Amino acid sequence: MNRHEKLMELPTQRQPVKFYQTGTFTVGNRLLPENLRSVQADIGRTNSLNSGHRACQGCGEALGARYAIDAAMRATDNQLVAVNATGCLEVFSTPYPETSWQIPWIHSLFGNAAAVASGVAAAQRVRGRPHVRVVAQGGDGGTTDIGFGCLSGMFERNDDVLYICYDNEAYMNTGVQRSSATPPGARTATTPALGREPGNVSGTGKNVPLIAMAHRIPYVATASVANLHDLELKVTTAMEFHGARYIHIHVPCPLGWGSLPADTIRIARLAVESGLFPLFEARDGHVSARTPIRRKVAVDEYLKLQKRFAHLFASPAGRERIALIQATADRNIEEFGLLEDEATRG
Amino acid sequence: MLKQIEGSRAVAEAIALCRPQVICAYPITPQTHIVEGVGEMVKSGELTNCEFINVESEFAALSVAIGASAAGARTYTATSSQGLLFMAEAVYNASGLGLPIVMTIGTRAIGAPINIWNDHSDSMSMRDAGWIQLFAETNQEALDLHIQAFRLAEELSCPVMVCMDGFILTHAYDRVDMPTQAQVDAYLPPFEPRQVLDPSEPVTIGAMVGPEAFTEVRYLAHHKQLRALALIPKLSAEFVAQFGRESGGLVRTYRSDDAETIVVALGSVIGTVKEVIDAMRDDGIAIGCVSICSFRPFPLAVLREALERAKRVVVLEKCLAVGLGGIVSDGVRKALSGIMLKGYTVIAGLGGRAITMSSLRQLFDDARADELEQVTFLDLNADIVAGELERETTLRRSGPTAEAILRRLGTVASRIA
Amino acid sequence: MDKPFAITLDVGSSLANKTGSWRAQRPLYVDRLPPCNNACPAGENIQHWLYHAESGDYEAAWRALVVDNPLPAIMGRVCYHPCEGACNRGQLDAAVGINSVERFLGDEALHRGWKFDPPAPSSGKKVLVVGAGPSGLSAAYHLRRMGHAVKIVEAGPMAGGMMRFGIPKYRLPRDVLDGEVARIVDLGVELELGRKVSDIHKAMQAEGCTAAFLAVGAHIAKRAYIPAGEAARMLDAVSVLRGMEGDDKPMLGRRVVVYGGGNTALDVARTAKRLGATESIIVYRRTREKMPAHDFEVEEALQEGVLIKWLSTIKNMGDEGTLTVEKMELDDKGFPQPTGEIETLAADSLVLALGQDVDLSLLENVPGLEIKGGVVQVGANMMTGFPGLFAGGDMVPSERTVTVAVGHGKKAARHIDAWLRGTAYVAPPKHEIAAFDKLNAWYYADAPKTVRPMLDLARRTSTFDEVVSGLNETNALFEARRCLSCGNCFECDNCYGVCPDNSVIKLGPGKRFEFNYDYCKGCGICVSECPCGAIMMVPETN
Repeated sequence: MNRHEKLMELPTQRQPVKFYQTGTFTVGNRLLPENLRSVQADIGRTNSLNSGHRACQGCGEALGARYAIDAAMRATDNQLVAVNATGCLEVFSTPYPETSWQIPWIHSLFGNAAAVASGVAAAQRVRGRPHVRVVAQGGDGGTTDIGFGCLSGMFERNDDVLYICYDNEAYMNTGVQRSSATPPGARTATTPALGREPGNVSGTGKNVPLIAMAHRIPYVATASVANLHDLELKVTTAMEFHGARYIHIHVPCPLGWGSLPADTIRIARLAVESGLFPLFEARDGHVSARTPIRRKVAVDEYLKLQKRFAHLFASPAGRERIALIQATADRNIEEFGLLEDEATRG
Repeated sequence: MLKQIEGSRAVAEAIALCRPQVICAYPITPQTHIVEGVGEMVKSGELTNCEFINVESEFAALSVAIGASAAGARTYTATSSQGLLFMAEAVYNASGLGLPIVMTIGTRAIGAPINIWNDHSDSMSMRDAGWIQLFAETNQEALDLHIQAFRLAEELSCPVMVCMDGFILTHAYDRVDMPTQAQVDAYLPPFEPRQVLDPSEPVTIGAMVGPEAFTEVRYLAHHKQLRALALIPKLSAEFVAQFGRESGGLVRTYRSDDAETIVVALGSVIGTVKEVIDAMRDDGIAIGCVSICSFRPFPLAVLREALERAKRVVVLEKCLAVGLGGIVSDGVRKALSGIMLKGYTVIAGLGGRAITMSSLRQLFDDARADELEQVTFLDLNADIVAGELERETTLRRSGPTAEAILRRLGTVASRIA
Repeated sequence: MDKPFAITLDVGSSLANKTGSWRAQRPLYVDRLPPCNNACPAGENIQHWLYHAESGDYEAAWRALVVDNPLPAIMGRVCYHPCEGACNRGQLDAAVGINSVERFLGDEALHRGWKFDPPAPSSGKKVLVVGAGPSGLSAAYHLRRMGHAVKIVEAGPMAGGMMRFGIPKYRLPRDVLDGEVARIVDLGVELELGRKVSDIHKAMQAEGCTAAFLAVGAHIAKRAYIPAGEAARMLDAVSVLRGMEGDDKPMLGRRVVVYGGGNTALDVARTAKRLGATESIIVYRRTREKMPAHDFEVEEALQEGVLIKWLSTIKNMGDEGTLTVEKMELDDKGFPQPTGEIETLAADSLVLALGQDVDLSLLENVPGLEIKGGVVQVGANMMTGFPGLFAGGDMVPSERTVTVAVGHGKKAARHIDAWLRGTAYVAPPKHEIAAFDKLNAWYYADAPKTVRPMLDLARRTSTFDEVVSGLNETNALFEARRCLSCGNCFECDNCYGVCPDNSVIKLGPGKRFEFNYDYCKGCGICVSECPCGAIMMVPETN
């Protein structure tokens, strides 16, 4: 039984019907009992990341950060401290003299968010405040590249930290340079669409969720801004654990991906629905749940909305690379059992 | 209580008496024995209410310390040499954020060539990172300075490095007077952070600051160090009152009041210098010394006062500003600005080379005769240097200098084909 | 806290940075016209009453429904629901079963005895309504609720018009009809039965009415010349169906042939089956595709064993109960043309279902009227050429359905009300239609349509029990919740949630949302992710 079905199974006080018009696909749903609505639907939600921040129009990371931190705030009864790596999120949220954060928040360096968070967590223990929980957050550069050593160390020590990576698949803050999370074929400032293999080369990349699992930490999950309930459930679940936890959230970047600001969630949804970004959870190093694809789409649907992949559609060689990307998506679908029947069977 | 123990152990016990709450450890020689000592006390239960965290790098060590300190914990770590460089980004960050972390530097040379022995290159490389830097002369002082360091750091909300010479102090067994917990508690009140990550009073720490305020932020950091110039002697005086012995302060003088020649130095070499001075005084020579305890902030005024009546000043440095000469000398020269006296920079003890009494005696005699170069490398083997220079001029691919020298010295048997 | 300068900041202070200045276009909340509402001849606000039904507040739903239509239990049975044909959900899986939810609400109201809200204070005006069919009842109801006194004069012995005398019981049980009529009468509408108005002027004067609404229907069966023997039994559909309401049921025999292709033909053929006919055959001159009757009714009739001879005309009827039938074929333009191919068909009776005409005798003395094609012409305000005289239903040019008639009644009532007050009713402008491409259908949970249970086939062909049963509460609620709320905010919170700049203000249940233009950067995610298409982007003007 997947999460959505589980929600549908829950008894309600008012109605015996298990169908709610939009189910839990929308942010809120007046027909759902309060406890099944999203944190974001709450008129009194924390807005941990407040208005007035300087993120680009349609920024997926701004959205993902508010989703995740608000959920963590609710899960911890507002007893939360956040540590932030250098990057877009940090820069757009805290330029002197204004901060958009409404929670205790610290930024130290680009590569040390996980370690700083370990320190914050240690301080809570030693100061007799174990109810104060710690979240570290960073972009893909701060997580999969420069911050990777500290991240792995935090995992290995099983420090009581939830680390959230907002993955927009390149160094956006510095002007869209390739990171180890940049997908094959993607054009960035350092992988231009030139030469024999335009864009980012194939066969590279680092799957940090799987690496996190290899540390056998209690909880690892992937999430997407296109599936809010799933994301919130994962953050909430993560906060039920102590020890090192990792959530990798896919957050489209209109600037770096060359997409319309209005398409941010649509693109994130297509990444999930195509199988390119599998949504799953893992406990103690083993996949324990996955969110099935609702309506499978070809990767073309996802790629064609983004200028960073435009060159792939312009040549036979590019078409071949799209076929490779499709193969990756298909493999994800198979490996994680992302289609409904497979998911329920497994 | 008097104890005959290793310097590292003495410091570890002193740290424990300071009731640290978070300690980050990453091994690097020669500071290892300190954190091992504290770790043992945490593990055994001797030191309670303290998180001892084994991290994966020095960068992480100081980063964990940054987080812990920002969250209101009294935080300690230690490192040396390459480790300090590896955490350099975090070193600047800790002071920039105003976090009162105390860190011991078991001072050591920086490679390449890799070298585990003592000099001051590591701590000196971070001299402008915004930390207060205190140099210990003896194990007793190293012990004492850590107690003062926490007090100083927390009063100013500024991180403090206590620099003690690697091996010479860290690994030396010496008699120390270990204070009681009650004494330390009376001197060092519980940590009350100036700013803290607290859900009941949330703040944003570590904002991005642009040209409109960056200069002011930096000025305030400088100002904080200037305040330390007043606070350090005050805390030192209080320390005397509480513990009954002198320790710390900005500078200390030795037989320098009537000295024509004054030697300026930092750290453990002062002990040797003092013995040479005593011998020269016995010979009727007017020589004395001034030891700098507080290298950052640099005590310009008190140094000037201590040196201005001398005829010449010899600055003995365990660090080289390559392409310039001395680092401490720069500060001394600035302290003596406008005063006409002879000044000599002596680079000594690099990479652990012993500074012997006889070499110092010769050096000071040469100084008295004003026969020193502006920059002198103590006990430099001129033959080796000359030979190596010659080899390099003849060979395009001359290979690594260090290995060539070792071969020349016969320490390395291998030969390049 | 003694915060260090610049490095440490007070939380939430970015509110000082009004990012709204970045905007090149701004989002606006709009209400678009749902296709169902647009398609409803009775002008029902379908989406609105479904909204209440979705939350299980059936009384509120019913009250919202009867604002436009006082006959939901009837309409929930006999309406051909063009709303469902227009429903955007049809492009997703299957249209929302609007009609079945309407019926559920109508039945629920009858079951629970819900009464209409009381009329507005008396206007002192009185309106005469001629005819107690759907149009007359609808007009009377609306006028009464507006505060006018209303008297209906009906020629027949019972109210209902064609709903009673044209629609068989198995499609519309009479207790349902009686219940909904009674509720209108209970509102204070005076109903006089069994009186035929022969002169409208006199009738108005007698009742003290300055305005009247005529809705006498079309009850005169159209005839076609079919040579027949004297002993041949030839009847018309209207009288057969009307006869079903009396004690003496029509005698149709074992083999019945019905001539025609409309819904009435099907009604008669299915009635004949129920009266015991072993053969009930419809003869129609064109093809199934061209047949005016609704396909689902054709399907139901075929299931019940009714036979249909396509592309056939009846040439004559002999005394021995034989019909001569000629096969037809369609020409290029789709018109049937004789082929000369003849066959015979045995029939105890032939029922002609060729349409009906209006009895216009009551209008003989009224000046200024325009009669064309046997029906009274009316303006956009439903008024005839004579001031104060309005008309609707089957007697004016229109599609002759109960739904259209009810719509006429409502529309006429609004104009009569305005006319009585000396003003003119101006309908509010129609919103842009919420077409499917305005929606983000991804957000709707998958849910196939609930199929209404059908009466067991054996019972269908032998009794007049209702063929199609209603939904129970569970599946009515399920069906209501299949509504996509096209074009109108249903407070799903998506805009509130998906805004990266928190610039949507949630106003609370029932109050929808507002944009905070101080911070809205104009990214348009709210528009993309609004499931129902209730937000649009417009260029920023300054």
